[in-house]
Amino acid sequence: MKIAIIDKPFAPWQILSEYQQTLKSGCYGGTAVFVGTMRDFNEENEVRGMTLEHYPGMTEKHLEQICLDAIDRWNLVDALIIHRTGDLSPNDPIVLVAAWSAHRKEAFEACRFMIEDLKHTAPFWKKEKTNKGARWVEKNTPY
Amino acid sequence: MAITVKFFASLSEQLGMREVLVESKDRLTVEEIWEQVTGNREIPAKILIAINMEYARYDDHVSDNDEVAFFPPVTGG
Repeated sequence: MKIAIIDKPFAPWQILSEYQQTLKSGCYGGTAVFVGTMRDFNEENEVRGMTLEHYPGMTEKHLEQICLDAIDRWNLVDALIIHRTGDLSPNDPIVLVAAWSAHRKEAFEACRFMIEDLKHTAPFWKKEKTNKGARWVEKNTPY
Repeated sequence: MAITVKFFASLSEQLGMREVLVESKDRLTVEEIWEQVTGNREIPAKILIAINMEYARYDDHVSDNDEVAFFPPVTGG
């Protein structure tokens, strides 16, 4: 299991590939992955940049708990969450979530659960720099 | 009793505070801490609370050396 908060741009597919090499080969049959990437638009405005604030300590605690819950509930082989903080530009990866399981159903369901739980409980906040000034994002899109 | 109180994101900007220390002889609830720190300011709608980094409620009591945090709805991911 791995969780990390990173305050500089990261390469999700490289992290995924490197982490997967540490898993015991042959023990997983399905890998489900979600990568969230920064858009250059939101609510009809052009978005030029974003700052992601978080609550150090509580964030890590929650991401660990999300992974542990998913591993327990879907009997996963392993789980991973990486999340950006700091100043982001459009097209920067924001979040990487991955679940490894024996079969695809568990991997898909666990990956969906982890990103949804993160969006509802992990203490991160986005502030967008738009063509009309800076604004805090008040809520996430429902899906 | 000493309590560390933290504010995050838009709430921190609105209040002009990030972290304050509250000292009290009495055992306080989260709501009483909010009132003491903000001078009885009305609590904005949808504000979330954590005690020692776990989600909590306004009527929960805090203990000596606890950390209480107030913040707006989360928007990560």
